[in-house]
Amino acid sequence: MTTKPVLIESRGISKSFGSFLANDSINFDILEGEIHGLLGENGAGKSTFVKMVYGLLEPSNGTFYWNGKKIIIGSPQEARNFGIGMVFQHFTLFPTLTVIENIELALNDKFTTHELRDTIIKKSAEFGITVDPDIYIRDLSVGEQQRVEILRCLLQNPKLLIMDEPTSVLTPQESEQLFSVLKKLSKTGCSILFISHKLKEIKKITQRATILRGGCVVSTVETADVSTEQLAKMMVGSNPQNVKPKTARKSGDILVKISGLNKPADNPFATALYNISLNVKAGEIIGIAGIAGNGQSELMEVLSGEWRSTETFDVFDVFGTDIRNYSPHKRRQLGIGFLPEERHGHSAVTNMKLTENTLLTNHNSPLIQKNNVVKNENLEKLTNDIIDKYDIRTPFRNPQASSLSGGNLQKFVIGREIIKKPRVFFVAQPTWGVDIGATKFIRNSLIDLANDGCGIIVISQDLEELFELADNICVLFRGKLSESKPLQELTSEKIGMLMGGEELHSESQGH
Amino acid sequence: MFYLTPRKEISLFFTISIPIISILLTIIFGFFIFSILGYDPGKALYHFFISPLSRLDKIADLFVKACPLLIIGTGLVLCFRANIWNIGAEGQLIMGAVFSGGLALSFSETQSVWLLPAMAIFSFIGGALWALFPALLKIKLRTNEILVTLMLTYVASLFLDWLVRGPWRSPTSFGFPLTKYYPDVALISKIYFPGIGNISQLHWGVFIAILICLLCWFAMEKTVFGFQIKLIGDSPQALRFSGFNESKTTITLFIISGGLAGLAGMIEVSANIGQLQPNISFGYGFTAIIVAFLARLNPAAVIISGLLIALIEVGGDSAQIALAIPKVVTGVFKGILLFFLLAGETLTKYEIGFNYNQKSSLND
Repeated sequence: MTTKPVLIESRGISKSFGSFLANDSINFDILEGEIHGLLGENGAGKSTFVKMVYGLLEPSNGTFYWNGKKIIIGSPQEARNFGIGMVFQHFTLFPTLTVIENIELALNDKFTTHELRDTIIKKSAEFGITVDPDIYIRDLSVGEQQRVEILRCLLQNPKLLIMDEPTSVLTPQESEQLFSVLKKLSKTGCSILFISHKLKEIKKITQRATILRGGCVVSTVETADVSTEQLAKMMVGSNPQNVKPKTARKSGDILVKISGLNKPADNPFATALYNISLNVKAGEIIGIAGIAGNGQSELMEVLSGEWRSTETFDVFDVFGTDIRNYSPHKRRQLGIGFLPEERHGHSAVTNMKLTENTLLTNHNSPLIQKNNVVKNENLEKLTNDIIDKYDIRTPFRNPQASSLSGGNLQKFVIGREIIKKPRVFFVAQPTWGVDIGATKFIRNSLIDLANDGCGIIVISQDLEELFELADNICVLFRGKLSESKPLQELTSEKIGMLMGGEELHSESQGH
Repeated sequence: MFYLTPRKEISLFFTISIPIISILLTIIFGFFIFSILGYDPGKALYHFFISPLSRLDKIADLFVKACPLLIIGTGLVLCFRANIWNIGAEGQLIMGAVFSGGLALSFSETQSVWLLPAMAIFSFIGGALWALFPALLKIKLRTNEILVTLMLTYVASLFLDWLVRGPWRSPTSFGFPLTKYYPDVALISKIYFPGIGNISQLHWGVFIAILICLLCWFAMEKTVFGFQIKLIGDSPQALRFSGFNESKTTITLFIISGGLAGLAGMIEVSANIGQLQPNISFGYGFTAIIVAFLARLNPAAVIISGLLIALIEVGGDSAQIALAIPKVVTGVFKGILLFFLLAGETLTKYEIGFNYNQKSSLND
């Protein structure tokens, strides 16, 4: 394999933002026709590095060599001229235009529409990407949109294709399809830089992988020679602590009853919710799977009370009380905790101090305020309790939330809610963008909470997380919620099918 | 290119020394400008900075001049902290004066001491109403409050003009656009210091103004309401998550800032003029915007920034009168002072860094 010539080489590439060193002297190379993985945790410096390869950022130091020649990639335009294409995590397609129009917009060369259609059909046949050139982007699924993005890159005959976390928006089945496209592509001699933090994918699809940790290269390995455990160890730096097994919880009384929930889409980008029903028992964790954009944030708005209705919503009882018209703080007073997925500006305000972030969900407590005047001592004490109990690392006393790392801030906001011992807890993406250590900690805290009899709903796109936490899982697809099924009856394939909108036929095919 | 990074710690030395340096730089630049234009720079600077502070009665006049700026400015601070851009305080001030003036003129024979408090309440309502229109339009129709508040200023101004030229004109004003004088009980009295007597025009309104600034500071820093104001400015989504009602908070802030502007209008007329006329404000509603920002949106600091702006205004007038310096030149000088103060303020908070080889720091 090493007989292949080197396509691009990174020698001593560094990038600093102010005093923060995001990339420290990155050395590795990508061979022609190789699928090369770039593995690392959130914040390891993967995105910074590929942005430099694609000309979006300029390196502070170091050089790229392209076919052995020193090059400077000054802009994405220049990158494309070298033959570097990139598919971003967040797509850059116009929903109101057709496939062919979107591709036309991105091309430098002038094609006639007729020629372009022929080229698209030819290319898509070559790589098994089936897509109708005249269909509108808004009518495509996320997986299909990603294929259009790839197709758009392919028309420029790239020598290197960068894929930034491509599977984070895909169902397991769609991921498989993507992998087969990428393999065909690499056979034609195109190199692929595949960025991911998912070990199994890296192991499955790449020939070699470079592992980044804290902005430095840990190692470049032949993926066939290492186990996923070894990869994990290199990525995290130490043996990841395991999530504690769930104790067999006896299911208690029904705490939450939801039925007939309909929520119209309030803007063109929102997803409407249709006839959702769901019950949560004491001590039970219900996992809601699904790909982003299928109604997760809308469902969270309903659970937290940021959206309220008694017209299109039949039943929302918690502890037997109808809470359809309860505001978020009234719900908190009832013993309900909730936490939306976005830390920055939703569950926390990053340019406010931690005490103020504590006040965010405690401003109604008589312990914290009297006659509208804040009792600062008690507020500080509560904040310090959260910091101590949930082991939150702060650079100094009472810093702004922005100076905490993502994992620490998430631990803080989760701690802020569960220190109140809620009897019902709704949480979305509890470990999104959080390092492995904090992830384990957070999952353990949720399990502890359920063991104490709290009823929990976890909305997550991370199937691994749901398998670790949930007792029952249902899937949200285009605003509809599937029936909840016990974990034992489910496999990731089955959930994947539901995530892609297919019905499960209870006795079909077997295993 | 150069870039700014926030300082981790703001040292006490900088906080104290930078405003002093800013003023010194202003003096140096002013010195050159006045010299080039052929005015005696020493005298000009004396009139700007020393003369308004040279005697107790002149200092008292500064407070009188600053009074409406303090009241309006502190209300605007609350608004601006919440990212609500009410720039129509001038119109709200006028409506406050109109409402309270209407009351005073319809009870022109009364001796009741309750007239003045009633006028204060009326002026607050007048200003608040004038701010309520843009608030409701913003919430219901998502109009831009900057435009609506600004346009309503001209409506208010022309409305007052019509009143004093038409229905409210005094029969004894010899055709001038003036109303009758307010009854004595509708006037704000000067502060009487035992042993000294009155100090120039210093009136009780100044006392009220400072009190309002301190109250707003307390509300901003120590109460849940103040927290709500900061939240709505920083992150409306977090405000909803927290359980507050965004629309209610927005309306409350419009009412407070409009009402305070209205109160400032009433105090200005009742303390200094005693009747309504077409021009009752010298752009206080607009100047207060600068006052609010110069105070770094801190209600207590409005007291200082308001006095500073008053000093520049009074000093400018004094220089114009004494040395016949044209108004535009004093305007330039005021601009220089503000420029250095704001630049100094930025440098207190941020460090400047330079990078010579990079062009794309915008992408970072």
